[in-house]
Amino acid sequence: MSSALSPALEIADLSFSHSGREPVLEDVTLDMRTGEFLALIGPNGGGKSTLLRLIVGLLRPCSGTLTVFGKAPGQASANIGYVPQFSGLSPDFPATVLEMTLMGAAEPCARGGIWGRDRRARDRAHAYLEILGLTGLAGQSLSSLSGGQRRRAMVARALMGGPENFLLHPDSTSPEFPFLLLLDEPTAGVDAEGTFCFYEFLGKLRGGISIIVVSHDLFMVSPFFDRVAFVNRRLTPLSGPSLTQDALAALFGRHMHACPVADMQHALGGRHLSGCSHPACAAGLQTHNPEAAAGGGPGSALGRVDGEVAG
Amino acid sequence: MDALILSLEALLASPFMRHALLAGLLAGIACGVTGVLVLQNRLTFLAGGAAHAAYGGVGLAFYFSLPVLPCTLLFSLGAAALMALLVLRGESEGQRGDAQDAAIGALWAGGTAFGIILIELSPGYSGDLMGYLFGSILTVPTADLVGMVFFDLLLLGLLFFFRQGLWALSLDKEFAAVRGLPVRRLYLLLVVFVALTVVMLIRVVGLILVLALLTIPASLARTFCRSLYPSMALAGLFSLLFCVAGLVFSWFTDISSGASIIVVAVAVYLLARVMAPAR
Repeated sequence: MSSALSPALEIADLSFSHSGREPVLEDVTLDMRTGEFLALIGPNGGGKSTLLRLIVGLLRPCSGTLTVFGKAPGQASANIGYVPQFSGLSPDFPATVLEMTLMGAAEPCARGGIWGRDRRARDRAHAYLEILGLTGLAGQSLSSLSGGQRRRAMVARALMGGPENFLLHPDSTSPEFPFLLLLDEPTAGVDAEGTFCFYEFLGKLRGGISIIVVSHDLFMVSPFFDRVAFVNRRLTPLSGPSLTQDALAALFGRHMHACPVADMQHALGGRHLSGCSHPACAAGLQTHNPEAAAGGGPGSALGRVDGEVAG
Repeated sequence: MDALILSLEALLASPFMRHALLAGLLAGIACGVTGVLVLQNRLTFLAGGAAHAAYGGVGLAFYFSLPVLPCTLLFSLGAAALMALLVLRGESEGQRGDAQDAAIGALWAGGTAFGIILIELSPGYSGDLMGYLFGSILTVPTADLVGMVFFDLLLLGLLFFFRQGLWALSLDKEFAAVRGLPVRRLYLLLVVFVALTVVMLIRVVGLILVLALLTIPASLARTFCRSLYPSMALAGLFSLLFCVAGLVFSWFTDISSGASIIVVAVAVYLLARVMAPAR
């Protein structure tokens, strides 16, 4: 399979706008090696989710090129797992969590679609549900789940489309086929401990499958990423995997300041550490420091950040 | 009490009633299958449009003296497919849902008006029209019962063959598209389900009341079931119960049968809504 040698993702000069309106994405260029773990950050409305929807083929670029494992987005569906931010899932649909998870392995066929429901597939689905902390909920109806539980079930569903042995035993084998996992705010509504465990699990998969995660609460889990890029209409790669305070300041401006932890540190003469996960910090953008906005480099994106709320 | 039993015996002995109950059972099967799919895929408005556009087919059949059932079926299929294509095109262009609703509304009204005009222009207009508006479950001829059996088998066969595709589409259309499933074709298939069911139900409850039998049993069944196929079976059972109860109600009150069935269905629906714990 030639795609094993192809990069996970090649995007060149990609632009997108909804019919005739302001461009959502402009001149986006991104190359991603197979096995890389990439994080996308940026303000709401900055185009992160749109970029994911372009990668999975739900939207078509207005200009530029995009390939996934060397294939056009629509042709690579077997190699993509997707957890959308706002799902098209009907929460009232009469189905169990297990049934929904199994559907993640759906493949097109003459009968519209087909996926395994046998013992092996069910064991696998149970294993993913367990990894995601949903043990015991497999037989529950979807409508009985909380929002956070439903999101985790959707992650299990996305994993069902991936390489079986590798996802269950990341240490033992290399994946059977190239796989790109796209996660749009996968841990929204999940508590801090659950979030950390989830990224720890994703971190184990690094090198085998390729992962892109879009999120706002990445601060405490940044060591797991290979790379971080900032998306706000344009894509700006950040150097190195970790989100330092300087990088954050360059992106969002220094706060003026609604974080009690940082205020205390400031009062004690310390620095505001990058590990601070206080919601006000994670939410960013309380007040901008003009000095950071004038900083150039990645900070040039700031002009567009103003007036938008990063949630 | 004796009088009541005698009356019920008379009801069951009546050949009209036996045909009507059989028609109710056959309609229930179609309503169960299609109703659940319509509800899950938010096709209620499209189903209403298809039902009323089918009236145009009735008009065509009257005007050109063609057989009513095939003519209505073709017309309804065409109208429903057109609506589905408009919806799909709107979605792919990122339009809001109200633009698509407006298009369905135009087809809805246009199809009905087309039918009325043709019927008025028809030589020897007979006034049988009310039968198509409100149904005539008491006078379903044997040939139509046979036709309904055929429709049911066709629907069940299609459901069996495309079951996983339709299941995936109904659960999460977007995810199905990401997995490369042919969601456009499956959506059109759903619309075929709607058109087949609508044309079949026109004989039983009439096109005005199709929506109630498609939506009420399915929405009741959904609250009791954790899986798709049991909810289809239960919705079918509800449809049958509404038909039986409606017919008994109609027998004792002399209210027209189609309207009685719907009154019973709506009453049960409201009762269930009031009794159900708020979610």
